Amino acid sequence: MTTELRRITEGNYGVARLTPAPEHGGTFLGQPKFPKAVKNELKLVVQRKNMRNATTTIRNKRALRVTETPNWEDIRQAAYEVKNRVGRHLDYYLEQAEKSLTANGVHVHWARDAEEANRIVGEIAKAKGVQEVVKIKSITTQETDLNEHLEEQGIAAWETDLAELIVQLGHDRPSHIVVPGIHRNRAEVREIFLREMKNYGRPCPEDITSNPPELANAARLHLREKFLRAKVAVSGANFILADTGSLVIVESEGNGRMCLTLPDTLISLVGIEKVLPSYDDLEIFLKLLPRSATGERMNPYNSVWSGVTPNDGPQEQHVVFMDNGRTNVLADPVGREVLRCIRCASCINVCPVYERAGGHAYGSVYPGPIGITLTPQLRGIDDPVDRGMPYACTLCAACVEVCPVKIPFTDIIVHLRNRVADAERKEFSTDVEVAAEKALMKAAAWVLGDYKHWETTMYATRAAGRVVGKHKIGPLPVPVANRWLDYRNVDHIPSQTFRDWWKANRGEEK
Amino acid sequence: MTTTTSPGTRAGTSGLPGAGLDVAVFITCINDVLFPQTGIAMTKLLERLGCRVHFPKEQTCCAQLTTNTGYFKESMGMVESYVKAYSDYDYVVAPSGSCIAAVRDQHPMLAEHAGDKGLMRDVEHTSKISLDISEFLVDVLGVTDVGAYFPHLVTIHPSCHGMRLLKLGDRPFKLLENVKGMTTVDLPAAEQCCGFGGTFSVKNPDMSSTMTADKARHIRETGAEYVVGWDNSCLLSIGGVLSRQNAGVKAIHMVEILANTEED
Repeated sequence: MTTELRRITEGNYGVARLTPAPEHGGTFLGQPKFPKAVKNELKLVVQRKNMRNATTTIRNKRALRVTETPNWEDIRQAAYEVKNRVGRHLDYYLEQAEKSLTANGVHVHWARDAEEANRIVGEIAKAKGVQEVVKIKSITTQETDLNEHLEEQGIAAWETDLAELIVQLGHDRPSHIVVPGIHRNRAEVREIFLREMKNYGRPCPEDITSNPPELANAARLHLREKFLRAKVAVSGANFILADTGSLVIVESEGNGRMCLTLPDTLISLVGIEKVLPSYDDLEIFLKLLPRSATGERMNPYNSVWSGVTPNDGPQEQHVVFMDNGRTNVLADPVGREVLRCIRCASCINVCPVYERAGGHAYGSVYPGPIGITLTPQLRGIDDPVDRGMPYACTLCAACVEVCPVKIPFTDIIVHLRNRVADAERKEFSTDVEVAAEKALMKAAAWVLGDYKHWETTMYATRAAGRVVGKHKIGPLPVPVANRWLDYRNVDHIPSQTFRDWWKANRGEEK
Repeated sequence: MTTTTSPGTRAGTSGLPGAGLDVAVFITCINDVLFPQTGIAMTKLLERLGCRVHFPKEQTCCAQLTTNTGYFKESMGMVESYVKAYSDYDYVVAPSGSCIAAVRDQHPMLAEHAGDKGLMRDVEHTSKISLDISEFLVDVLGVTDVGAYFPHLVTIHPSCHGMRLLKLGDRPFKLLENVKGMTTVDLPAAEQCCGFGGTFSVKNPDMSSTMTADKARHIRETGAEYVVGWDNSCLLSIGGVLSRQNAGVKAIHMVEILANTEED
């Protein structure tokens, strides 16, 4: 077993549990800020290689699909407009969706926050008297930490998506919203299956190799008994259609179809922004989503569930609409544009910071560009981890280029940084870094706010240039500067500024 | 407005693409103090093409440093300096896609955020007239061959803000294609950010240096003598890593190549 894998799986979990305990109890509480968290992640050479390979592959596949779609920009624009309309009239569409869903025999619930959502889901499951539920991959339930809530209630929540299974059995956390096990390679998956499957159900064959079909088959057999046993399934939703009262779930493995058809009861936890006005809108979104997410022309499984049908599929269906900070996002004219997100992860796949950091360093189930714009808005910016999030970005704008619903990530990131800076401006901080940054920005405002100040300041740099001469500036034990000079040289500081040159060669004096 | 104009460029310019055009240069703070040779090269290049070059001394910085760190209030003096420097011109040209993107996208945002109606009107003009050097050469002067000579093997790092925020497209590539004596070799993963990101490089030093190290590795793989870019901030970071590695590759700004002729 690799050391990296051992770090994750060999914890001392002590308490008897129904499902594998995730690292740190599954929460991100107490995690260091991104710059510090990333230091460890950068050292994981296997993860770095896995991430590089996987993101490059998905990125290229997506690019191919986009170039072969002649009216891509028109489809993007249409999605942008539909989602904006949903945001403008969210109250209307949610009420319409509630009416249509109810008419279809679906029970509709409303949850203000994660706690309420978990309680509602837990109560429904408990009322059914079950000790376990099967789950379709859902980030919304990870946002609320539903599995751990159910575990506390004595209900085992089994992840059935292959990558989620790998993550769950690995005592791990998802590192991507579409491909949660992106940081793992097949050799690691084999080790996890061999070690863990036997503790939670049908064991993995002892002679298994890391050949993907063999691994998939082991997962299929392990999950099969859970599918056949389960009375309750929990899902999220890709879309809720307001006019027909339909729940739309797209997936690649068929595990979702199993969860949707076999258990008697289906509970779906849905963010309020997931509603679409009409069935007709699927034309746009079912073109955008698979191409952007996995580089496929079509998802292998597209399920549209319009209520309860006797003797076919779940006989009891619940939709829990959850706010959990979304209305706060909607109230922010700049920040609200993230609510168009359809969770395709194309922004994550092109992000050069994510590719190197992996998903765990962000301190949120939503990593990468969507994570650093959505999370601090959902959770607020009181916590240092959330404050650090908008700064985990170089503003390269690769994400803006690919987003199928045209979210202006870089504008939102700068806007959130402003909210952080304004919050810190009002506080007295004992954090040396925050204090230093404030002082530096104030100094920059003075020096660069007036050319006379700038010219005065440049006398100092010119003097420094003369002292240093043609020498390189290498590592220096100077705070702030060392962060730059630990890795890079500054070749030399010129002794003549452009201004000096102009005065000497082009200026009025001459 | 205080300005000085380059002498000796008024006579004998007829027939040149820039004849009769008054151009104000925005050198940018980082070039002013750390890369004066880039500003000098741009001035000489514009003069060679027949332009009358002006250097309004009120100019300081595009305000990205503070804006992108979230300190909007601290940016306002810089935006006002920019307006003071360039309000009376038709063209402002800078050797930086990143700074021009800040002027075009962020100055209007900052003025609106401050609720300053007068400044909003002013920046509407200054943001419209501000161009990256490759936009000015290709779109305004209509030239892609500036008569440059640079007998070296180079690879190109297409800086993010120029490519994605300004959408410079093939403009810089066309200009570089026509440089005599120069051979270009493709850079692997060219479109990936170099990891500089302004204060990102200080706030996230480990991630930043990892990204720049990857960029430097790709550059070394090409075997080029020079890595060419159009933003000295990226080149400061990339060149700094290459220098630390004694890699034998130098970072150079595009305008320094374009300004270079066989006579030089």
